[in-house]
Amino acid sequence: MSTTTDVATPRTTETPGGVQRLTFAKAINLGLRRALEQDDKVLLMGEDIGKLGGVFRVTDGLQKDFGAHRVVDTPLAESGIIGTAIGLAMRGYRSVCEIQFDGFIFPAFDQITTQLAKMHYRSKGRITLPVVIRVPFGGGIGAVEHHSESPEALFAHTAGLRVVSPSSPVEAYTMIQQAIASPDPVLFFEPKGRYWEKGDVDLDAAPSGPLLDKARIVRAGTDVTLVAYGPTVQTALKAADTAAQEGTSIEVVDLRALSPLDTATVAESVRRTGRCVVVHEAPVLYGTGAEVAARITEECFFHLEAPVLRVGGFHAPYPVAKIEHDYLPGLDRVLDAVDRALAF
Amino acid sequence: MGTTGHTTGPLTDDGLVQLLTPAGARTSHPDYDARVAHLDADALRGLYRDMVLVRRFDTEATALQRQGELALFAQGLGQEAAQIGSGRALAAQDHVFPSYREHGVAHTRGVDLTEVLRLFRGVDHGGWDPVGHGFHLYTLVIGSHTLHATGYAMGVQRDGAVGTGDPDRDTAVVVYFGDGATSQGDVSEALVFAAVNNAPVVFFCQNNQWAISEPTTTQARVPLADRGPGFGVPSVRVDGNDVLATYAVTAEALERARSGGGPTFIEAFTYRMGAHTTSDDPTRYRSSAEEESWRQRDPIDRLRTHLEARGELSTAFVEELAAEADALGERIRTTVRGMGHPSPASMFEHVYATPHSVVEGERAWFEQYEASFADGARTGEGSHR
Repeated sequence: MSTTTDVATPRTTETPGGVQRLTFAKAINLGLRRALEQDDKVLLMGEDIGKLGGVFRVTDGLQKDFGAHRVVDTPLAESGIIGTAIGLAMRGYRSVCEIQFDGFIFPAFDQITTQLAKMHYRSKGRITLPVVIRVPFGGGIGAVEHHSESPEALFAHTAGLRVVSPSSPVEAYTMIQQAIASPDPVLFFEPKGRYWEKGDVDLDAAPSGPLLDKARIVRAGTDVTLVAYGPTVQTALKAADTAAQEGTSIEVVDLRALSPLDTATVAESVRRTGRCVVVHEAPVLYGTGAEVAARITEECFFHLEAPVLRVGGFHAPYPVAKIEHDYLPGLDRVLDAVDRALAF
Repeated sequence: MGTTGHTTGPLTDDGLVQLLTPAGARTSHPDYDARVAHLDADALRGLYRDMVLVRRFDTEATALQRQGELALFAQGLGQEAAQIGSGRALAAQDHVFPSYREHGVAHTRGVDLTEVLRLFRGVDHGGWDPVGHGFHLYTLVIGSHTLHATGYAMGVQRDGAVGTGDPDRDTAVVVYFGDGATSQGDVSEALVFAAVNNAPVVFFCQNNQWAISEPTTTQARVPLADRGPGFGVPSVRVDGNDVLATYAVTAEALERARSGGGPTFIEAFTYRMGAHTTSDDPTRYRSSAEEESWRQRDPIDRLRTHLEARGELSTAFVEELAAEADALGERIRTTVRGMGHPSPASMFEHVYATPHSVVEGERAWFEQYEASFADGARTGEGSHR
């Protein structure tokens, strides 16, 4: 056994540039590659992320190019991954930890919510922990249990954590780099059902654009504001297309961040449309939609023509794969909620 | 149930490294004599002074809690040798991850002990600079910090600060935890990560025999040091009330870590002579006979007897130390009473390292709300109108 870790960094092949049509997963991969190239202190940690490239291949080829001391296959211990990433951050490293599936994050819950989230606060700012936790989340892929969950609200409820979710390849490429650059810990929820969807990504663009704390209007409209994030943004856009054929103009807001929640962008939209529907895969009970509804009701009370409605998962464990599409908020349930909001 | 009793269970005396008997006599140990050979009378008096001052701190803090000046206090009474012996073996560049009873180690890291009391008074979560002292904040969720220590040690490896042979560069990490913590999953995970990475971290377990009311027999059927080898981490049991032996085994483990030899598990067998905290009542779960038997093994008495027998504890030194302890006590009382009150709005500070709109919005609301009472009309809870 070697007594010290080899600190030599094998140089990567040149990162591809220009505008390319990439899958969501490849966009994250290239964002990680860029971060690894630009800062020797950036490390990737996780289960099966090395030779295998991760079970979704998001880290494909990175261990080969950056070495096993920077792209680290860890023991199968989620608390251990996050706990050691905290210690590495105290020594100046920036770990990007992959939690293999959403349902596997709970063994690390104490390290994330009690240790990672609070260290900057309790040390009065003397310690920063720039740790990114990548979580493939959400359903629709026909998986077995514990592989399709949406636990994001549990983390958005915890002060000290930033919680974001990209909705497209170009956003994923940019946001992963912004997350790694953030001095605060970031929970990075990747919509695994969208990993294979493609989009154009300008690989030479510096990670600019809206920051990790800003929502974005992704489609303008006048009748209803449809609020979504991560996997449901595409659902919302499809709903807007369909509704347009029936003469209804839907404005789609991509929250991008759940912590902080950019209420201002949503409120500005709702003041124009007078109606708001929130859609996410997570259960609606105590979910992000509840928070959006409460804040929009407080801020836009006299502009609202209808109560803020929520479309999402039910208060039941994520179901078996054969009926998961009855659980998930699909196009029909979203349009139904839009109709109800309009009928008020 | 098996028939395992104290002779083979986690409370056995078997295999403890000892260099000073409870009666204060120096005993020889072939593996560890050399580790303390350089400790002359001055050095031994220094260890004695450390232990006396830390115990005085303990006494003062306990009294301050009884007077209502502290919300709570966790005494280190009885564990002075384990903490001073190990703490004094550290180098300046080493890093310590304490649990919450490591006041003695804090002292060896140059932390002003009154800073520890800020946590127990409720004015902040620990006033010291964890980076500057190489002594991190206390961890109250048991065992969580063993992973932080291991991760930090993995960072030390990546920095190339292991095995260079440069005594000012090679760095070790030490994590302190107790017998109860050994049951936590995080401690097992930390041992796994430390072992497979060959990380320069020393797991220093103070087996003080009580996890609040639960005896070590609730946590284990075998000596806690046996935990290490199963993970591939060498371990050693040491008499934790013997400051020389604790110093020696820690020095050895630190050297192994710094030189690239990997982690070590140390079980310092000691006794929590006081309560778990000032809120605890040990009379409900342990006998006074047991407490008395451990008073016979008091770590400070042991070293004092040893020094006295060698004629190395002059009256002048003892009197000077007593005066120093009195002055420390006075300073602790004055400092604690003068700690002031944190501003209510400070609760919003440092939640994030970069601006967070929700925190900023709530802070602005709170400050405006507070300012609305600027005329002094608010006299107490419920007087908002």
